[in-house]
Amino acid sequence: MMQKRKSFVGVLQAAPMMLVFALFFLLPLAFVTIVSAWDYNEYEMIPAFSLRGYSDTFEGCISGLPDLCTILKTYLKTLKLCLLTWSLTLVIGFTVAYFLAFHVRSKTWQIVLTLLCTIPFWTSNVIRMIAWIPLLGRNGLVNKGLAGAGLIQQPLEWLLFSEFSVVLALVHLFTFFMVVPIFNSMIRIDKRLIEAAYDAGATGWQTLVNIVIPLSKPGIVIGSIFVITIVMGDFVTVGVMGGQQIASAGKIIESRLNALQFPAAAANAVILLGITILIISSLTRIVDIRKEL
Amino acid sequence: MGEKRSRSFYFLAAFFVAYVLFLYGPMFAIYILSFQGPDGGLTFPMNGTSLVWFGKVFSGGGIVDIGAAFKRSLRLGLVVMILTVVLSVSAGMAFRKSFRGATVLFYTAIASLIMPSIITSLGIALEFRLFDDFMIKHGVEGWTTAMGLFTSGLGAHLTWTLPFGLLIMFAIFNRFDGRLEEAARDLGATPWQTFRHVVLPIILPSVVGIGLFGFTLSWDELARSSQAIGSVNTLPLELQGLTTTVTKPDIYALGTLTSAVSFLVIFSALIVILVLQARQRRHGSDAGKGMV
Repeated sequence: MMQKRKSFVGVLQAAPMMLVFALFFLLPLAFVTIVSAWDYNEYEMIPAFSLRGYSDTFEGCISGLPDLCTILKTYLKTLKLCLLTWSLTLVIGFTVAYFLAFHVRSKTWQIVLTLLCTIPFWTSNVIRMIAWIPLLGRNGLVNKGLAGAGLIQQPLEWLLFSEFSVVLALVHLFTFFMVVPIFNSMIRIDKRLIEAAYDAGATGWQTLVNIVIPLSKPGIVIGSIFVITIVMGDFVTVGVMGGQQIASAGKIIESRLNALQFPAAAANAVILLGITILIISSLTRIVDIRKEL
Repeated sequence: MGEKRSRSFYFLAAFFVAYVLFLYGPMFAIYILSFQGPDGGLTFPMNGTSLVWFGKVFSGGGIVDIGAAFKRSLRLGLVVMILTVVLSVSAGMAFRKSFRGATVLFYTAIASLIMPSIITSLGIALEFRLFDDFMIKHGVEGWTTAMGLFTSGLGAHLTWTLPFGLLIMFAIFNRFDGRLEEAARDLGATPWQTFRHVVLPIILPSVVGIGLFGFTLSWDELARSSQAIGSVNTLPLELQGLTTTVTKPDIYALGTLTSAVSFLVIFSALIVILVLQARQRRHGSDAGKGMV
């Protein structure tokens, strides 16, 4: 009886949050799926079953062989950006987390330095993107510096509004998502394990590979999920830092939306969602997220 | 510090410093450049210093109505903050006991957190558009749209802030000593009294943290709002629009102002947290002092 009442109170307490998710997350997802199978014309969607959204998306994929069609090219490019960003954020995030967890000995310093890494996360992403313009632009600091040192004659054009600047900005914005979960896994590692490894004659490198990395795996996986899902769906960073010239999976959806082709946008969203779920589910096979909180 | 630092310490410390410079360097570049002289451009060197570009932002000369967007974002951020705190603490308390649907809620929150923002945004846009079509078709007189800052926009922001709030609550309660609650109950406190006088004072610093996340994530939110905000824009959306058109440092001035609000909120929240923690330490474990 008591147990039942407690459970009921729990349901009541959780209900407002569940309601928000139902209204603004689950229901919208259902609409995306439904509308992806609707018909459309130049200016409106037509609630009749049609796979036009999908067939338009994959247009030319078979007839155009052996050349890759637009959608495949775009996804390959998105995956490339994703892979580059993921590997860079992983290496940087792991190193930073390692330093914070194992080399900063006082608790206060640990908090201060972690905060130092967190504060930019609380400030605007757009501003952090714009911030690269004075550095990387044609007349930016980098070009001027290189020219001043006599290393280049012409300003480097690929520094800004290029894949380079997109990846740079993504790493700049999202390494935080790697640092936090990996740090969280690392501070839970029993320090005695590491001492034992040293006592048994392991080198620093061996300890890292055989003890620290395996025990940080949950954090690495969670961080990877964050970074990969953000980059796969990103259209803001790719837009701003790519000078609106680079295509990505997220940008396709945005441009379809701007053209008011809702079913086509929804079809693309379903495809993106499918691929993202595929990546996440293969990652979560490695680790149970819930256990790690 | 007795032990001597190893060589790897210095290497890693240098790496960390480089990372922090990488994080903050570009931001400081635009803060400095926003004080560019009247004839200065988008890049260094500084051509004198002035407050001209800040003046331009306030007078609205040349750019869209920034003042209005500023106020809109501020109002929305505050509402999102309050709702995030209340809903997260409430749901967090629910997870202290087992309840039906706990697993569903947990995985929904995680899914909402990692869902590519453009999909959530598109979904909300579709939902409201279909609803509007339905209302118009069924002859609701003068119906235009339900989409707006405090309907679809608010919802879009909450799908982003609530998962953070819930995860912070989990982190709090993982370290929470449940015996304190039991003790309160044994002494005859009602569930509300237990919460009000025992649990809340202990978790308060972290609750301020949830508020901090709620406000700053909303204040800077862009991707989820992009399709779901209706006819008016929030500040980040205006800023993003400006990146393609503006060639003068007023965009930096706007960026500096926006960041100033963020920093103001961050530092006040941190100070409040520090004060609360210091007070807790002073009062020891006597967290229920308020109840006499």
